[in-house]
Amino acid sequence: MSDRVLITDAGFGPVDPAERYLGLADLVAAPGAQRVDLGPETDPAALGPDLARIQAIRIAFPAVSDGRGFTLARTLRRMGFTGRLRAAGQLIPEQYPMTRACGFDEVEIDADRARRQPEADWRAAARRQGYLARLRRPAA
Amino acid sequence: MYAYSDFDESFVRDRVRQFRDQVERRIDGRLSEDEFKPLRLMNGLYLQLHAYMLRVAIPYGTLDARQMRQLAAISERWDRGYGHFTTRQNIQFNWPKLCDVPDMLDALADVGMHAIQTSGNCVRNVTSDHFAGAAADEIADPRPYAELLRQWSSDHPEFQYLPRKFKIAITGATADRAVTRAHDIGLRVVARDGAVGFEVSVGGGLGRTPMIGRIIRDFLPEADLVPYVEAVLGVYNQLGRRDNKYKARIKIAVHEMGLDTIRELVEARFAETRSEFPGAEAALAEIRAAFRAPDFRAGGTAIPSGSPAFRAWADTNLAPHRREDHAIVTVSLKTPGQQPGDASAGQMRAIADLAETFGYDEIRISHRQNVILPHVRKDDLPAVFEALAAAGLAAANAGLISDIIACPGMDYCALATARSIPVAQEIAVLFETLDLAHEVGPLRLNVSGCINACGHHHVADIGILGLERAGVETYQITLGGDPTERIAIGERTGPGFAADEIVGAVERIVTAYLELRDSADETFADAYRRLGLAPFQKALYSEESRENAA
Repeated sequence: MSDRVLITDAGFGPVDPAERYLGLADLVAAPGAQRVDLGPETDPAALGPDLARIQAIRIAFPAVSDGRGFTLARTLRRMGFTGRLRAAGQLIPEQYPMTRACGFDEVEIDADRARRQPEADWRAAARRQGYLARLRRPAA
Repeated sequence: MYAYSDFDESFVRDRVRQFRDQVERRIDGRLSEDEFKPLRLMNGLYLQLHAYMLRVAIPYGTLDARQMRQLAAISERWDRGYGHFTTRQNIQFNWPKLCDVPDMLDALADVGMHAIQTSGNCVRNVTSDHFAGAAADEIADPRPYAELLRQWSSDHPEFQYLPRKFKIAITGATADRAVTRAHDIGLRVVARDGAVGFEVSVGGGLGRTPMIGRIIRDFLPEADLVPYVEAVLGVYNQLGRRDNKYKARIKIAVHEMGLDTIRELVEARFAETRSEFPGAEAALAEIRAAFRAPDFRAGGTAIPSGSPAFRAWADTNLAPHRREDHAIVTVSLKTPGQQPGDASAGQMRAIADLAETFGYDEIRISHRQNVILPHVRKDDLPAVFEALAAAGLAAANAGLISDIIACPGMDYCALATARSIPVAQEIAVLFETLDLAHEVGPLRLNVSGCINACGHHHVADIGILGLERAGVETYQITLGGDPTERIAIGERTGPGFAADEIVGAVERIVTAYLELRDSADETFADAYRRLGLAPFQKALYSEESRENAA
């Protein structure tokens, strides 16, 4: 059983224990790999042509105060990445709508955090909407 | 004035509900202190020396009488009956209790106000020219752009957890009254071939490493404002240093990586962001309509005659309005002896009354910590003066040596290393007693109580920085700083002065200026540019000058 929790718009769910993410350095040696782990400092240009075959990217959030992953996600989406995008690590419920607005599909947290910050907290936060959607909306 | 839409209203209310919930979750342990801290800061709540401090946003320094009255009411109900206006055009309440803060935020929301992003590592309240919409030298009113940026930056999902705080300032006039080049992004409205756009500077800032913003774009078309700023922030969020909070501002990235590298990265990102804001143009049009000028009542174009006290006040506290029959009034919060920038609840109400009766319901807060009535008919000036005098608000010293910017210093602030308020008070009282302030003329004197430079001492004619050396307060002096379009960082004169020496040192500088100036028309700033540091150093440090002063 996985001790980690995957949060999506549908709520809490288990993380598939079979899934394997490779580090960027190991990706070249594994031409069949489709899942990659990225640190927040990654220059996404380093993925180069490999981006086309990747189906899932997991971006690490090493601290609640470290927002680099939000910009990295936006950059990957702008580069045309259409696969699964996951934020993993130190995130709080307030950050869930931010991850979604930046192009993430899901958030992965550990069991301790899931106990301390139960599903209801994440659901309450998920409904929030800011100004940006309005500015990004096409002119009427 | 911009009136909050239903969307603004529900956004602000929702934030108050969130904060109430966050406080509860902190108390029951669902949020750790490390997790709660950024949330608390994003809602304007600081932990200070003696208590919490709530910093309320006054977006681009603009408010109306109803809002001013509510600030007065909040100060009486939950604080000690006064508020402190800051160099960021905000107001701070120094004594709230944590449990009262959600109620204070609700009371603010009742009048379309909030404390969102007045603190924390996010895009802060956008500041602007305090004469916006009224100044005779204005190319375009900067407030609609500032409001557009407020909306863009509020709860921006990508930029709530930046390496460090991020400040944007904008001016729409030829004179820079918003110190734009001391901000992370400075925007100056310029017209080119009939089109309005911006000169954009990046990497300015005061603090422990003062830097003047570098021009990253000499002309940015108006329509590109939001996507360009989004690109700058994206580059900064990715590259700004997170290993050392003192090196985390964008100015350090610009300094370490070079302006050209940053410019290339920004332009590359801008190529992507440029098409992402199709709604911005309509939003700007809507906002601009809300900033329509008031229906001005015509009047006489001369300043009415009055008492000598009125004339002295009119000489210093009025600025040219774009209409000849109106003037811009600076209400000084610097009566010598008081705490710079403080206003009592009664004074706030007096200002609100005046704004309603004589000022088309418009009020501004200046970064020099004064209150502005931007539109007053010249015919009404004597009545305005009388009412201000009755409220203890008629000090005739706007722009003079006693109009001092001072941070709260060690009397309130946990970061301060020296007191700044008593120094400011003593200097103001000295020149009042000597009756010299008008003789000296325009002179900016700013005091900071620590290296973080909230008192803007780097950009003052005479800057004073309070430090602590071996347990003793010592005050360093810088000269020749300039916050305007001629922006300059002041030069250090030499060794610092003890608390009981600093006022005498300032007096020696001013005396030297009076002796050295060409004529009464040569301001301190001009004289300093002509003469440089040397004659003032001599006045400060030579045996002879010290003996004469003793």
